[in-house]
Amino acid sequence: MDDLLLNQFLLLGAVLFCIGVYGALARRNAVLVLMSIELILNSVNINLVAFGAMQGNPAGAVFALFIIAIAAAEVGVGLAIVLLIYRNRKSVDLDDMAEMKG
Amino acid sequence: MVAQNLFFYAFAAMIVFSAIRVVTTHNVVHAALYLVAVLAGVGAQYILLAAEFVAATQVLVYIGAVVVLFLFGIMLTRTRIGRDQDLTHRNWPMGAATALLLLGVMAYALFDEFGWSRTALPADSRLGGVNGSNTATVSDAIFGQYLVPFEVISVLLLAALVGAIVLARKE
Repeated sequence: MDDLLLNQFLLLGAVLFCIGVYGALARRNAVLVLMSIELILNSVNINLVAFGAMQGNPAGAVFALFIIAIAAAEVGVGLAIVLLIYRNRKSVDLDDMAEMKG
Repeated sequence: MVAQNLFFYAFAAMIVFSAIRVVTTHNVVHAALYLVAVLAGVGAQYILLAAEFVAATQVLVYIGAVVVLFLFGIMLTRTRIGRDQDLTHRNWPMGAATALLLLGVMAYALFDEFGWSRTALPADSRLGGVNGSNTATVSDAIFGQYLVPFEVISVLLLAALVGAIVLARKE
């Protein structure tokens, strides 16, 4: 109970990942779904940094930095798409976007 | 090490509480502000794992840029700023069941593989850099072994920037 265990960080990452999955499934507002995806990306980063610290290898931190950059790009493009949807439909409610429904 | 454990559990509790508030609150702006708490807590965990450069980047990029971008998104899509009961889908129990099932599977896999006692982190989880900092080690890795992925990320960021501007531009 004295040492920091790898599993502490991995479990924290798993809990954060599942909260993010719940948010992405249950939210109706597109901006809130993007926020849930940020939670998922952060949980993966915790795992990468924890594995890097365990192995004494800088690769974990390097990949975490890459994921942070990708997340910034993703949120920029995602919010631009949401903005475009809002401009065309005056709503960002995901339930209204059902054209593909058979 | 006891102090590190206290630090870990305090910030883990903050992260989990704030993350649950992000996905359950009825106010979009509150969700963005709780997201700040989650991101700051994750940054604190990076400090605990001796990845201080990742922690600094987390604060600069996530808290400094991404959250501001979210607030702009909330503002520009004129989402209702106050309380809004319609933010959660009426089928949310299905989402909660999926998330709990996923958590069960992942927790089982983690305990099966790593257990409680077998894989403690090294007591000194520094990577052996200059003056007790591993930022030098990380930068050596980025600009040595991972130089090509780094350049690809740079081009990707540029493409995403141009794409976002083209998408959001008014005709």
